[in-house]
Amino acid sequence: MHAFAYCRPAALADALRELAADAEARPLAGGQTLLPVMRARLAAPSRLVDLARVRELTGIAAAPGGLRLGAMETHAAIAEHPAVKRLAPALARLAGGIGDPQVRNRGTIGGSLANNDPAACYPAALLALGAAIETDRRTLAAEDFFTGLFATALAPGELVVAVQVPAAPAAAYVKFPQPASRFALVGAFVLRTEAGYRVAITGGGMGVFRWTEAEAALDSGATGADLAGVPLDPELFTGDLHASARYRRALARVAVARALADPAFAA
Amino acid sequence: MNAPPAPPLRKFGTAVPRLEDRRFLMGAGNYVDDQLFPGQTWAAFVRSPHGHAAIRSIDTRAARAAPGVIAVLTGADFASLPPMPCGWMIHSRDGEPMRVGERRVVATQRVRYVGEPVAVVIAESRDAARDAADLVEVDWDELPAVADVAAAAADGAPELHANAPGNLAFDWELGDSAAVEAAMARSAHCVTLTLRNNRLVPNAIEPRAINARWDPVEEKLDIRMTHQNPIGMRMFYAAVYGLAAEHRLRIVSPDVGGGFGSKAHNYPEEVAVAFAAKLVGRPVKWTAERTEAFLTDAHGRDHLSTATLALDPDGRFLALRVDTLAAMGAYLSSTGSLIPTYMYATMLSGQYAIPAIHCRTRAIYTNTAPVDAYRGAGRPEAAYLVERMVGLAARRLAIDEAEIRRRNLIRHFPYRTPVEWVYDSGNYEAGLDQALALADWAGFPARKAEAAARGRLRGIGMSAYVEACGIGPSAILARLGAGAGMWDSAEVRVHPAGTVEVLSGAHSHGQGHATAIAQLVADRFGIPMEQVSVIQGDTDRIQAGTGTYGSRASVGMSATARACDRIIEKAKRIAGHLLAVPAETVDFADGLFASAATNATLSFGELAFAAHAASGFPTDEIEPGLVAQSFFDPPNFTFPSGVHVAEIEIDPETGQTEVVGFAAADDFGVLANPMIVEGQVMGGVAQGLGQALLETCVYDPETAQLMTASFMDYAMPRADSFPELRLGFGCTPSPSNPLGMKGCGEAGAIGAPAAVINAVCHALDIDHIDMPATAERVWEILEARRREQG
Ligand SMILES: Cc1cc2nc3c(=O)[nH]c(=O)nc-3n(C[C@H](O)[C@H](O)[C@H](O)COP(=O)(O)OP(=O)(O)OC[C@H]3O[C@@H](n4cnc5c(N)ncnc54)[C@H](O)[C@@H]3O)c2cc1C
Repeated sequence: MHAFAYCRPAALADALRELAADAEARPLAGGQTLLPVMRARLAAPSRLVDLARVRELTGIAAAPGGLRLGAMETHAAIAEHPAVKRLAPALARLAGGIGDPQVRNRGTIGGSLANNDPAACYPAALLALGAAIETDRRTLAAEDFFTGLFATALAPGELVVAVQVPAAPAAAYVKFPQPASRFALVGAFVLRTEAGYRVAITGGGMGVFRWTEAEAALDSGATGADLAGVPLDPELFTGDLHASARYRRALARVAVARALADPAFAA
Repeated sequence: MNAPPAPPLRKFGTAVPRLEDRRFLMGAGNYVDDQLFPGQTWAAFVRSPHGHAAIRSIDTRAARAAPGVIAVLTGADFASLPPMPCGWMIHSRDGEPMRVGERRVVATQRVRYVGEPVAVVIAESRDAARDAADLVEVDWDELPAVADVAAAAADGAPELHANAPGNLAFDWELGDSAAVEAAMARSAHCVTLTLRNNRLVPNAIEPRAINARWDPVEEKLDIRMTHQNPIGMRMFYAAVYGLAAEHRLRIVSPDVGGGFGSKAHNYPEEVAVAFAAKLVGRPVKWTAERTEAFLTDAHGRDHLSTATLALDPDGRFLALRVDTLAAMGAYLSSTGSLIPTYMYATMLSGQYAIPAIHCRTRAIYTNTAPVDAYRGAGRPEAAYLVERMVGLAARRLAIDEAEIRRRNLIRHFPYRTPVEWVYDSGNYEAGLDQALALADWAGFPARKAEAAARGRLRGIGMSAYVEACGIGPSAILARLGAGAGMWDSAEVRVHPAGTVEVLSGAHSHGQGHATAIAQLVADRFGIPMEQVSVIQGDTDRIQAGTGTYGSRASVGMSATARACDRIIEKAKRIAGHLLAVPAETVDFADGLFASAATNATLSFGELAFAAHAASGFPTDEIEPGLVAQSFFDPPNFTFPSGVHVAEIEIDPETGQTEVVGFAAADDFGVLANPMIVEGQVMGGVAQGLGQALLETCVYDPETAQLMTASFMDYAMPRADSFPELRLGFGCTPSPSNPLGMKGCGEAGAIGAPAAVINAVCHALDIDHIDMPATAERVWEILEARRREQG
């Protein structure tokens, strides 16, 4: 690890000031992604602005129409919180299936979103749910927030503050893990509302996306078993050491079908 | 005399909790990286980023000018050191000695694998050393690289060493090729398979580490180093590198956090650090980072083999022919040449009476980390090959897997195989029956039907192995090419108060020697285990030994037992004087010296005191004190055996394979501590399942870059990767080990892979699938079938 300065402000304004003062400074959340990258000497921020004590970034609470999750809430906290379990049970289960207990107790939703790993779990949920991401200066719809591989709409020095998630009683997430990291080799988040179905796929390799053809098919009465024939753009999948694009694409169909078989959709 | 104490309970053979675990679990382990010497400095290596490249020049100026830097050393600074030796001489079929590609401690002209050291920075802190290492500028001339063993053996492949045309280190054979030919000609069936034994990274939890200094008080080169064989390393460092004479060289291996063989070797980094410590006159420390461990620890396996098994009409084995390409990596590691030869081809008879066997092994240089012993070392490769061949034969001839094995089992011992070894003892059919019972083999069809109702494909597979442990005797091994004796040694010291110290030549890297040896000694002397302490891993305290690898702790345990017996012999003579009876009439049992001639007894403690008081017996006849050392050179290997059964379920939509049942019936002879043995089996099975389903070390075939250089990409088995294991033990004591022990450390990794792959093949109804049987590989097979069926 290269040497770096460190500070741990208690207020959002202080954190933003620290970040603004130094273009090479980086916010530190759970450190589950940032610290290994620094240890591998692939990143060398001049300063870490630890968000652990920033009051404005914490809190899980019911909000009009759903939930508000502070950026610094850990996966474990989200998985176990009664309000999340009640209002968005699929999101709680998703959080409880990220990494291992150590990762879940350190890693945060804000860090995960800012990182936008193409194999991360939350992006699929937020895109399907139509969540909104609050930053220190604006609120972005999920589809505007995730812009590509490890890329987001965040400006330099801009912080995720919270995530607004609509209540989602009929939703499910199915992930097939990459065997080494256990990130999503492919994951599918499916939501059903009165407006219809929303299906988001993560792990394809090109970043999270909505499978709109499946949404349309489901809206017109198709079932999981019918998805085999629904078009799914092969360009959305890439191959790597762990799986070919072909296999990932096939898994995506299975993941969606299995999500639809979740008891959440029974009612 | 006092009233005799109650006889202590027997400890040897019982599941005594491990004495070391309290310390380990409470964070009181003591590892090399935990220790600092006064004036400590740190080393960081500059490594090749290329799989194959020539070094045009190295510019160290910026690094030398960096803050905290004490020295920047390149290959030229190490030029006085001889190349890294390979300790086992193999001769090719034509009688030529193996072609050893020169491996410098630090490369001077050319690098042949990603991670090969080209410079070392010594600095005042670890970070300063790392920062400065980044400033060393190497002007590279990239060369074509080859990472795959078959590609490296093919015509026109890039060549690694000028003295090894075709990348061939040796072309070796064992067995009678003509006899195999003749048997095949008259056989009813021949089955042939080409299979790959995937390359594995050992992944000890504690990475390699060394801290070396010149000790001006003792006038010694004083080295702390995590290693399975510190005494062997002292000999290497003295005799090969002349770092210091043996009596001026101390190596301490404190607690060792796993090794699986990877810490039994001699590595360039450690030599470089020890040498650098002398050069800079300060203590120098290096602890490998995890990435360095992936890149530079000697890897395991990496074979590509074609085999043919010939059978008679009844499924009896007539002959086995094997042709193996064994990847050696860029250089021959310490025992790299031994693994695909005498640790492999000699095991190709498995548990079966096969009249004729022939194996050809071509050892091939590749632009990868060197390959050497890793848990099982040659024996897993052999067992996997034999048991896949048997599984395939059973399928082709439509004979039950258990039945075809039963028809071919060796039933009489000692048994001389056609490939060099003489099996000591065994009862293979009992092991087979025990495994069938543990696995409920007979109940499988019902479980398969139940799984089918859930839409899952269920399969069951078996693997029967024999392995060879406690490698020896030295004379035979020298004939086969060994460069060192293969005995082990122990010294037992009895203190005046009757407590005992054992100086063990065997050195635990997780196995629990401190417990098992104390159990043995406590029973021999009839004293509580608490009165025995076991000292390991310090060459200043332990004069001789060969360390722990190849499941050979039973050799050191035998030396310990013999040393105890020598002490008891002497103690009886002393007791004869003290009890005023002829020494021949003194019995020793349960801690008491007694003679049928009188009622008087002496406890072990009383005798120990008297031996040092030296007044009740003639010291001109019997020297005072109770100390004995023994060197035990085993008369033969020991041959543990076992039958493992795996039951798996496949999700046909995703190809994911789940191990739903695993049974292992092993015969390790006498067990010193069944709990420790169970742990060894479980750990070995975990690694075996890992190899079968998850683990694989991948190099880019063109660039020879390591693609799986972290745990994010190299899939390790985890607790949820396998079910509760059902374990059973048979016991045919080994006649070549005085304690009847055979060894248990590698069995799981040897038996499990073929059992799992046989089960996967069974579920899929296919001839073969290569390891690891990943979800995608399985899915591809099912997908192709779905396409065929429209
Ligand atoms: C072994 C392992 C397994 C994992 N498995 C999974 C998995 O299955 N599914 C999954 O989704 N993820 C997985 N992860 C990733 C995990 O969820 C991480 O927690 C996450 O990627 C990063 O969150 P963090 O809080 O640790 O962020 P950090 O590592 O601290 O930061 C990540 C990045 O985000 C920036 N950042 C952090 N907080 C903010 C903020 N509030 N505003 C703006 N920028 C910010 C940082 O500067 C940095 O660039 C795994 C990680 C590991 C190590």
